[in-house]
Amino acid sequence: MNKLFTVFMAACASLLPGLAAAQEAVGFDERINQIFADYTGWYVSFIFAPLPGTNFSWIALWLVVGAVVFTVYFGAIQLKGFWHSIQLVRGDYSDPNDAGEVSHFQALATALSGTVGLGNIAGVAVAVSIGGPGATFWMVVAGLFGMATKFTECTLGVKYRNEFPDGHVSGGPMYYIVKGFAERGLPLGGFMAVLFSIFTILGALGGGNMFQANQAHAQLAGVLGDYPGWITGVILAGVTFAVIAGGLKSIARVTEKIVPFMGVFYVLVSILILIINWDMIGWAFGQIFMGAFTGLGVVGGFTGALIQGFRRAAFSNEAGIGSAAIAHSAVRTKEPVTEGYVALLEPFIDTVVICTMTALVIVISGVLNQDPETGLYIWNAEAGRIATEGEVSGVALTSAAYARAFSWFPVLLMVAVVLFAFSTMISWSYYGLKAWTYLFGEGAMKELVFKIIFCLFIVIGAAASLGPVIDFSDAMLFSMAIVNIIALYFLMPIVKRELNSYVARLRSGEIVKHK
Amino acid sequence: MSKATIVVGLDGSEAGARALSFAQSQAKQIGECSITVCYVIEWSPFTFQTKEENEQRHKRREEELQRAHEVVLDPAVSDVQAQGIEVEGIVRHGDAADILEEVAKKRGAHQIVVGRVGERGLKRLFGGVTGRLVAGSSVPVTIIP
Repeated sequence: MNKLFTVFMAACASLLPGLAAAQEAVGFDERINQIFADYTGWYVSFIFAPLPGTNFSWIALWLVVGAVVFTVYFGAIQLKGFWHSIQLVRGDYSDPNDAGEVSHFQALATALSGTVGLGNIAGVAVAVSIGGPGATFWMVVAGLFGMATKFTECTLGVKYRNEFPDGHVSGGPMYYIVKGFAERGLPLGGFMAVLFSIFTILGALGGGNMFQANQAHAQLAGVLGDYPGWITGVILAGVTFAVIAGGLKSIARVTEKIVPFMGVFYVLVSILILIINWDMIGWAFGQIFMGAFTGLGVVGGFTGALIQGFRRAAFSNEAGIGSAAIAHSAVRTKEPVTEGYVALLEPFIDTVVICTMTALVIVISGVLNQDPETGLYIWNAEAGRIATEGEVSGVALTSAAYARAFSWFPVLLMVAVVLFAFSTMISWSYYGLKAWTYLFGEGAMKELVFKIIFCLFIVIGAAASLGPVIDFSDAMLFSMAIVNIIALYFLMPIVKRELNSYVARLRSGEIVKHK
Repeated sequence: MSKATIVVGLDGSEAGARALSFAQSQAKQIGECSITVCYVIEWSPFTFQTKEENEQRHKRREEELQRAHEVVLDPAVSDVQAQGIEVEGIVRHGDAADILEEVAKKRGAHQIVVGRVGERGLKRLFGGVTGRLVAGSSVPVTIIP
């Protein structure tokens, strides 16, 4: 694997002169953007290529078909197993003798802190401004089906995790691909695991890093006044480096504790806004349902709403991407299926609950410009989205929407966005590192190299403008999903066996409730 | 119930040691009496942890259990044994008040003995471990100052 390491380093080195030269010419931010678009444009186009004769990208279909297949194959586990999932999280089935191990609640909270974040704030705004309110409907649909995908991948993550001699536990798709394929006598497991790991590293640098840094800066600049992105980048990179390389665990721990409260507070504020505007909730749902099937003037119409909804759902709840499998496999449980049950709550909380809140507030606030006569949304062709108040998009749009109800909200959102971005970056540095160590082996020096690269990309992400960054982020995350879902198709009979055995023992009373 | 049992909650402090010696003298007076020494490592399943913490958790748990045995429990157990009293040692993760109560119930103990830890400020206001134990226990509780 050391050869791979050399190749990767060489590739990184070849990018650096371009960056250095960039500074002299035009603005730093613009040049980075240009380089970004030049280097990644072709791949992004491939990932989002439409199916022949339509404007429906094949990758959105890929994720949804996967989610539907898992839903059918496991007999709508997200419905049948929903209550059991909650019982597991409450600890009803936790053996008191295992007290002190990572609990189901902790596993869920840890995984959620990686997914609940900008996808729920900025991602929803992007989806709704490009795809119209109808995108929300498809986002929820994708979230509901995605629950089955999460169930599948997280069960496998735990089943094939590694328990190292020193006692620490970790795993993820690269491990279940290799071990599961070997167990079933299938070829190419090693190749797919390597491919997955490469995409994970790039996804960690993209969606898990640059997108986060980018949006954190957008929000800071929006509230504090405009200033160069690299300043935010350098500060964020410094703090992140201190945490992931300097072992400043206290910061990570504080973030892990504040983020859930921020999430709850965000939902409470959303509910409050909805209560204040209770008379508009029906209308907003009407917009969402109508938009879902007609587009309400959005370019691309019904499919435009659908694609945006599916895209942002995947980006937000990460179902099928494989990252959650990495987060959950650090858990020591006797029954891998229980972890799958717990994980299926993530898309529900993340997409069905939190994303819907954001979307409702945006729609109700009226920041999306609507023609009062026809009721259709006004399209800004130049920006490729609905005309918005102040012509903003992403997190700034969400901010504007909430500010209509509470003028102090942008300041709170700024803090929330920076914290969410930071916790997501910490999470993805972990996912990226696991993929990195899968490829190159464990070792302090090798791990440090990854951490340095990771922090450099924070600066780049904060300095670049939204377009190319968000496209590249999506492209990498979806590439992970391509490999991961293929693997899930081949390995789902193993999950089925686990599930059947578990359910049978649950029925027979062999698995008992402890509370 | 042929034999009486006293459950002693230890916390590695002076007060815990006083609780243990009180229980020993009680047991001797009763005669047919065993002591269950219990050490609880404060832990809640409903906290938020980082991914690295989760990854290391199993290892940490083993270390915590080992340390609890070495530093607090094993010395206490052999101390009681030396007095010729039947003894059992328990280390568990969780909420001390809940676990002491649960252990006492399971063993049909006739009392729980704990040392009073001087709790100040908010903890006193909301009731520390001893406070909650007294409030919720179904077994008589003796608190040693």
